[in-house]
Amino acid sequence: MNGKGRLRGWGGVGGMALALAAAASLLVPLSRHGADGDGTQVGGSGVGQGVQAKADTCKDPEASLPPSVEDGPTIKRIRDNGKLVVGVDQNSYRWGYRNPATGKLEGFDIELVRAIAKDILGDPDAVIYRAIPTSQRIPALQKKQVDVVVRTMTINCKRIGQVAFSSAYFKAGQQVLAPKESSIKGFDDTLKGKKVCTAAGSTAFDELEKNSHGAVYKNLTVPSQLDCLVRLQLGEVDAVVTDNALAASQAAQDPAVKLQGAPFTEEYYGAATNLESTDLVRRINKVLEDYRSGGANSPWMKAYRDWLAADLPGISGPPEPKYR
Amino acid sequence: MAHPPSTRAPQAPVTAPAGAPPAPGHPPAPAPRRGGWAESRERLRAAATTEPGRLWIIGTVVALLVVAFGAVTAWEVSDRASAADDVVSRSQPLSADAASIYRSLADADTAAASGFLAGAKEPHSVRLRYESDIATASRLLVKAAANTTGASDSGRSIAALNEQLPVYNGLIEQARANNRQGFPVGGAYLRYANDRMTQQLLPAAQKLYEAETGRLYDDYDQAETWPYAALAVGVVALGALFWAQRRNYLRTNRVLNHGLLAASAASVVVLLWLVAGHAVAAADLSTSRSSGQESLKVLNDARIDSLKARANENLTLVARGAVQTKGGADQYDTDYRAEMKDLVAKLGSAGDLADDASGRTPVKDAQDSVALWQKQHDIARKTDDAGDYDDALAKVIGASGSTGQSFDRVDAALEKAIGHEQREFTRAASDGKGALTGLPLGAAVLAVLGAAAAGVGISRRLAEYR
Repeated sequence: MNGKGRLRGWGGVGGMALALAAAASLLVPLSRHGADGDGTQVGGSGVGQGVQAKADTCKDPEASLPPSVEDGPTIKRIRDNGKLVVGVDQNSYRWGYRNPATGKLEGFDIELVRAIAKDILGDPDAVIYRAIPTSQRIPALQKKQVDVVVRTMTINCKRIGQVAFSSAYFKAGQQVLAPKESSIKGFDDTLKGKKVCTAAGSTAFDELEKNSHGAVYKNLTVPSQLDCLVRLQLGEVDAVVTDNALAASQAAQDPAVKLQGAPFTEEYYGAATNLESTDLVRRINKVLEDYRSGGANSPWMKAYRDWLAADLPGISGPPEPKYR
Repeated sequence: MAHPPSTRAPQAPVTAPAGAPPAPGHPPAPAPRRGGWAESRERLRAAATTEPGRLWIIGTVVALLVVAFGAVTAWEVSDRASAADDVVSRSQPLSADAASIYRSLADADTAAASGFLAGAKEPHSVRLRYESDIATASRLLVKAAANTTGASDSGRSIAALNEQLPVYNGLIEQARANNRQGFPVGGAYLRYANDRMTQQLLPAAQKLYEAETGRLYDDYDQAETWPYAALAVGVVALGALFWAQRRNYLRTNRVLNHGLLAASAASVVVLLWLVAGHAVAAADLSTSRSSGQESLKVLNDARIDSLKARANENLTLVARGAVQTKGGADQYDTDYRAEMKDLVAKLGSAGDLADDASGRTPVKDAQDSVALWQKQHDIARKTDDAGDYDDALAKVIGASGSTGQSFDRVDAALEKAIGHEQREFTRAASDGKGALTGLPLGAAVLAVLGAAAAGVGISRRLAEYR
């Protein structure tokens, strides 16, 4: 509510209300975060951020609210329910997937969910898992069907206007996946003349549009990145471009393929909540502080070694958190 | 008329045994003789100037007309009978087989998706169902190929199916193997297999089914076409007989010529038999078409729709939103809804086409089960959308109260309805085929007897000029 007050204030003082009206809808969520806390980004830069968000080129979208253990209405509701309701994936191998032997969900994302539940409710198993498709991540949060979504969800400028993100818990990037013996060595000229599979409408496809390195990719898109592994195994394509977390998930399902070269973009995964659940975001950020601390023995590194290191080697630690 | 005349025209027909029944198969037609064409024509003209000569010509023409009537009737009716026989024993079974191929393929895809959802706990019955579907399709494809030429539409569809089926089967096995190991890529394989099925195999099977059903309708049309030539020749023969008898009456004041009368009677019998036989046959065939085959077509289509809808319902849970429409809705659920809409429409038509209680009851059962299925589906979708996957899964493939059970009931009801309509078809079509039995032979024998009688009748008159 504070944020709205400030907006109204500007409008009255500067007489800019009409001029700002279009940007206001974007500003409301941003300024609300800022108003609650340090507020460093609210004000002149806040206006700029709102306008830029439209162009999807805001500054530091992964900067989250500073951590806090103070209970707010969301935490209280979760305590009253006795369960944390979490939206997860069940088809992302090593991240969030259902182990057919146990029928239980497991993976890197699930480890984080358990840590959050343990912190808030004292029991890592006090979780109701909701398996939600990619398209339902934001609506499920907006309709409050879930308290939090932990589902390889990239923090970006468009989304920070729709949901609230925790600090980044994983740094990912677009990368090339190809058979181990392939002559393709990364996102470079070794792709020349090769057939490359991407998911339709994905960042990977956009990157190829910018610079294809001579790769053939236009009529080789598939509905979901996992379909690329099918095409790769059937020999219909020579390589896959997707974000390395999901590429690692594919590599884990086929010992004959591996990630080639280095990631060539940067993106961050965050846990997402409803925009209003600022207390929960701060609490998760506190959990993440603990999760990251401890160097090589931190819970984060342990989860990394358990789930990702085999197919995504060479990561020495979690990304540094950014706060606003 | 340029019938080759004999040399001693008036005497020639008398060589037939007068009074005694004439030997069948030897109509009193004159045998052609040596001699120039012009000479023959000259003799005919000479014969036509005398009354015996005229009588001889009249006798020959009438006898030939009656024989021609019998021959054309026998030929045309044989043609209709063989078309009717094709309907019953060749083209309808082939159309039914093509429908089975189509259904087996759709059923295999549905069973594969059901088994996949159950994962390592795939029930043995589901696996058997898939295997038996693939086996049925393969077996019937060989049979269909044996009845088709490679260059036809059916042949091309069969070739496409034979090429694609092993590929499809391979993808399904990869899906199962990956799924058993817990690799989510198994689901991607299953969706790829389903894509092949719906984009390539099912359209080819549908084309085959439509081509075979087209052949069936061609046979129907041929069997139901009126034998116009036979009817026309029959009317002309009877007209000639009437004219000959009237001429005889006017010239001699004798009312009856027994020979010509017998020939007329035989011709009338053949004509009535022809009309009645064909009318009954065509009516029965038409019944088999309208109340059997048309219902079968709609019911088969409805069954395919229900199978596709079920496969898409299963795939909605397999894909988990991985495939979306342009509008952002789940692709498989959207397809499910479209197919259920078609299914409801086709069941409506099937209900209208069903012409008795035992045809209507299973269609009504199917309609009721579809309504329940749709209700259960909506609840399952809500459950899944709310994130309770396990519960949604139980609502779709569970042992009680699941959409799977409603689907099974729809499938069973449709199978029953199809069985009923198939029996209706076979009964009516066999009756139709039976109505033509004996007509070709009967027409031939009666025509020969009638021609002989006409010959005898005329030769009696000729004898009076001796």
